Amino acid sequence: MSSEWPLWEVFIRGQHGLNHRHVGSLHAPDAEMAIHNARDVYTRRNEGVSIWVVRSTDITASTPSEKGPLFDPANSKVYRHPTFFDVPDEVGHM
Amino acid sequence: MYAQMVKTDGTRVKSLDDMEPEERAFQQRIEAGQKIEPKEWMPEAYRKTLVRQISQHAHSEIVGQLPEGNWITRAPTLERKAILLAKVQDEAGHGLYLYCAAETLGISRDEMYEQLHSGKAKYSSIFNYPTLSWADIGAIGWLVDGAAIMNQVPLQRCSYGPYARAMVRICKEESFHQRQGFDILAKMVKGTPAQKAMVQDALDRWWWPSLMMFGPSDDASVHSAQSMAWKIKQNSNDELRQKFVDQTVPQADYLGLTVPDPELKWNETKGGYDFGEPDWKEFFEVIAGNGLCNAERLGARRKAWDDGAWFREGLLAHAAKAEARRTTAPAAAE
Amino acid sequence: MSVTPTPSGDGTVLFEFLQRMGDNALILGHRLSEWCGHAPALEEDIALANTALDLIGQTQLWLGLAGEVEGKGRTADNLAYLRDATEFRNVLLVERPNGDFGKTLMRQFLFDAWHLVILQALRSAADKRIADIAEKAAKEVAYHLDRSRDLIVRLGDGTAESHRRMQEALDELWPYTGELFIGDTGDAELAAAGIIPAPESLKGAWDDVVGETLAEATLKKPADGYMHKGGKRGVHTEHMGFILAEMQFLQRAYPCATW
Repeated sequence: MSSEWPLWEVFIRGQHGLNHRHVGSLHAPDAEMAIHNARDVYTRRNEGVSIWVVRSTDITASTPSEKGPLFDPANSKVYRHPTFFDVPDEVGHM
Repeated sequence: MYAQMVKTDGTRVKSLDDMEPEERAFQQRIEAGQKIEPKEWMPEAYRKTLVRQISQHAHSEIVGQLPEGNWITRAPTLERKAILLAKVQDEAGHGLYLYCAAETLGISRDEMYEQLHSGKAKYSSIFNYPTLSWADIGAIGWLVDGAAIMNQVPLQRCSYGPYARAMVRICKEESFHQRQGFDILAKMVKGTPAQKAMVQDALDRWWWPSLMMFGPSDDASVHSAQSMAWKIKQNSNDELRQKFVDQTVPQADYLGLTVPDPELKWNETKGGYDFGEPDWKEFFEVIAGNGLCNAERLGARRKAWDDGAWFREGLLAHAAKAEARRTTAPAAAE
Repeated sequence: MSVTPTPSGDGTVLFEFLQRMGDNALILGHRLSEWCGHAPALEEDIALANTALDLIGQTQLWLGLAGEVEGKGRTADNLAYLRDATEFRNVLLVERPNGDFGKTLMRQFLFDAWHLVILQALRSAADKRIADIAEKAAKEVAYHLDRSRDLIVRLGDGTAESHRRMQEALDELWPYTGELFIGDTGDAELAAAGIIPAPESLKGAWDDVVGETLAEATLKKPADGYMHKGGKRGVHTEHMGFILAEMQFLQRAYPCATW
């Protein structure tokens, strides 16, 4: 048996109610301890209000070679961004 | 620096024309300022060099806990004790972030520890010098962290994503370290003659080792040239050392201290200080393991690791048992 | 130095109690800080330092208030760095040497379990200054107990070796737990005034937490045999002198200096 604790990815929701954000990783024997360790390692400066941990090996990632097909199509759909549309100044805030 | 004289495996820096298409595309992305992320294609030499550099950096952080940790139990006030403990704890955190960054390159933390404990991996020469007085704690914050910041700020822009992001986090936390060091000294030089003498003595001992942290001149080094081409090193050693001296000497003046270098002189034409050459023979001896504290530092790390084996195994065994209970319990209940 | 608390009115018994709270936090925080850089895993190194930092912070509050109550102009630092061992009021448990990591954790758990119970009671102390400190400290200590309790269970129910070490630690430290629950006349006086809970009254809640935890950890609770005592009235073990020699060195060697 390998004696190394498994690796966990840590996600923290900051003070301002934003989405959980990946902040780094750490080692822990199981999920409960990973939460404890995340609290001690990644919130030393009062950075968070909620913690998620996920075993690194449980993350399924898009493969880098598919980056073109996955993300390029969205590049051409500029109309999805509000800045695509010109709003006349007279109209005011929209 | 925390990573000194990192080798790159290469004998010369290839031009774009010499590269296979894959490598050329990689190099062009780096030159365009894009970040390389884990699992993306990268030259094996780039990966290996990064593993060496990041792990050496991580080792320096955790070995660096020891000389300062020495004084936590002797800190002169409750507030100083808390600040120093928080600072040394930060170093452990920095080591942790860096080990994790290196792990994205396909090496485990245990393997890196093994390399440290066997003496195969290096760590910064600076931590093999002893901390002999409370003023040394101030001097380390001011000079050693000051020198480290010189190097770490540009590394926030390095080409490897996880390393760059670790550096961002580290730099954010590090900003209090140098100040707490300077603050210790500023208080002491306003104190009794004995305190002031203690500060001067600390500067006398830490000045030259701090300059050595940047490593010998690397203008002719193929390793440095390659690392710069890969953007995992941004400035030459001499450049950073000059910047450090220019920044630090006025601070020493402010404290009323004498920098122990008879050759130190302001050079109007270059707009910086001229200064003497560190004792590079000493540097190479320390790097080779012959410094005053090498054996003790490594011994302490090995002991912590060996003595802690039963603890790590115990927790792992419990996690396995608990997992087994969770998976068999529903079946038993049916 | 006052060994026998005098009747209230001059604040002596309160001063005595505040020193006990402050000194427990100080000496345990000091012991924990000895681990910094030497723990069995980086994550534990960082976690333990957090606990130590909380305790040092609590020390500043308790000893700060102690100095105020004493009314002789002594600060928390004066009390921490310029009293001799006979003037320290911490229980013997917290000055026990760290030993292996298991012993450190067991000492922590046995103390945390008591610490949380007393702090929770102190939150409703008739003296608001005490209630305020207890309010803040109780939150920190609730987390300390979470962590130490969890680790005791895991290591007790881990490998044969971790079980053996934890049982050894428990057997060795058990005789130092009795002192936590022994009151004196000063305690009785403060308890009657609604300022502190009577030490004896905390035993039940402590027994529950400790009993449940040890059972889950598959550890055998030692019998309540002979219990060591003395720390609360300034009679310490040999370790105390060495702790202070190290901790107070700079303040003692350079008497007129500020840092």
